[in-house]
Amino acid sequence: MNKSKLSLGPLLFNWSNDKIRDFYFSVADEAPVDHVYLGEVVCAKRIAGKDYLPEVITRLEKAGKKIILSGMILVLDGRDMKTVQDMASMAGDYLVEANDMSAASLLRGQDHAIGPFINIYNEASLKYYEDGGASRISLAPELPASSLRALAKVATSELEVQIFGRMPLAISARCYHARAHKLHKDGCQYVCERDPDGLTVDTMDGQPFLAINGLQTLSYSYANLMAELPELSKMGINHFRLSPHDVDMVKVSRIYRDRLDGKINLEEANDILQAEMFALEFSNGYYHNMAGLKQVGT
Amino acid sequence: MTKLELVCPAGTPAALRVAVDAGADAVYMGFRDETNARNFPGLNFSVDELAEALDYAHAAGAKVLLAVNTYATAGHSEPWTRAVDNAARLKVDAIIMADIGLLEYARSSHPGLRLHLSVQASASNTVAINHYVKEFGIRRVVLPRVLTVPEIRAINSRIDIKTEVFAFGGMCPMAEGRCSLSSYITGKSPNMNGVCSPASHVTYIQQGQNLKTNLAGFTINKFGPNEQAGYPTLCKGRFTANDETGYLFEEPTSLNVTGILLELMEAGVSALKIEGRQRSKAYVREVVQNFRVAIDAAARGERMVIEMDNLSEGGQHTTGAYSRKWM
Repeated sequence: MNKSKLSLGPLLFNWSNDKIRDFYFSVADEAPVDHVYLGEVVCAKRIAGKDYLPEVITRLEKAGKKIILSGMILVLDGRDMKTVQDMASMAGDYLVEANDMSAASLLRGQDHAIGPFINIYNEASLKYYEDGGASRISLAPELPASSLRALAKVATSELEVQIFGRMPLAISARCYHARAHKLHKDGCQYVCERDPDGLTVDTMDGQPFLAINGLQTLSYSYANLMAELPELSKMGINHFRLSPHDVDMVKVSRIYRDRLDGKINLEEANDILQAEMFALEFSNGYYHNMAGLKQVGT
Repeated sequence: MTKLELVCPAGTPAALRVAVDAGADAVYMGFRDETNARNFPGLNFSVDELAEALDYAHAAGAKVLLAVNTYATAGHSEPWTRAVDNAARLKVDAIIMADIGLLEYARSSHPGLRLHLSVQASASNTVAINHYVKEFGIRRVVLPRVLTVPEIRAINSRIDIKTEVFAFGGMCPMAEGRCSLSSYITGKSPNMNGVCSPASHVTYIQQGQNLKTNLAGFTINKFGPNEQAGYPTLCKGRFTANDETGYLFEEPTSLNVTGILLELMEAGVSALKIEGRQRSKAYVREVVQNFRVAIDAAARGERMVIEMDNLSEGGQHTTGAYSRKWM
């Protein structure tokens, strides 16, 4: 598995400019990840007042990390489309990841990446995007091992799956963070920045259920495909995405890297991860063709 | 402005006849398998039933649109390509699809087949819609329920194909075709299995005077003795965040646009879609008849608000994302 590459997915949460900058500086200096996805993918309103990008790109590149710019998930004409067009225009300088058909359309014919928010459930869809110039494709968390295997068998692009972090489950025009605070999206007061890993949603019986992140809904549990890494490698999937959280991501990425390099065994890796992520739930159900929240084996 | 086309659900051959008789301009349905987004027990059409449906609808001047609007499974796409082949062979008036691999298949294998882009493709902007037009020659797009009426008007001014919008019935608060909430809890999703919050995973638990609804082990709602209990669609339940409990995602409610038909016409919309292939014949009859009246009135420039709250989830209605206040 030591040929496998780790990537850090786009930050899904609305952290402050300084917090984001410091986070990526530490990633540049210490995290054993090969690729870093940058850009706001959830809500265009969050971009206002953020200027960390040039500094962060310079620092990450200096550290030898490859940069991929991630486009928005839900794109309406106007402000969202402007951000997508701006990003697509940088395709000559950086690999750009499309997360909506608009971006995939603008990037078609050039080397680009396709993100997990574009639906690829079968070989014909995979081929469509590969024929259009996608050299790197990150697959949706919902796909079971049987689909991943079938896709990996025919892929000419580099395939990636998310192995760590809350899983993106839905996107809406409605802001659930604003709604939870009895605010309208247009006057949201940026309440999403109060929850650096998303706002936990419980059932009426107090069972943890989901997490909301502005327009996005995430799983409550954190994906952890540590045990599935050897099988994924055997399928020919060599890129593994860690979705950033407000935890020690340097340490988290080291655990996965050490496991991929065979420096620690599965049990040790999961023990260290459990200790680091105290009291959180992990899941790997989607991979095993079950409800996504299920945790199978250890 | 041309008159709005009324596109109605046909969950069964019997419902199809009811919809056509009640004044549908077009009916839509799926085959009895995972190739359509209402893959529920007891619903949908065999190939032979579709052939009969075409005869019945065409005799009455109504069009037949076949929904093959789920995503084909890797290593197992034959049911989907077969559905497209059957649609072409039987000469349906259009096929409604979302999967880009399947659109490619339909375009290359059956160039004469009219293609509509399903709401499940979530084409929410001009660039995306025009991409599907250029690449696959789609003739109509069913717009995702994330757009306001002014945004729909702006899109219509910049595309050359027709737009269809949802008009009545169950309403996803999430962008369609981009939601895996259901599979996170139950293992079954709209995209992969054509189901959301499936009945097979639902239990109703009586607790004294109260009724609890449960989906795959998760409490979706609790109803007091004076509350009308609803089906536990997981995004329409009551949940707790920040110590407050309520309808965090969406209330149990139904979309109803009878009050804004003139605005939708002015925005350039061509067709209205009634949701509800899983609904009864009586439901279909009443909704279609009411919309027939409302659309005919709108064509004369008259506004006719028809509440139909007796047919709505939670006994209430909304115009959803068509109005910005919903966001």
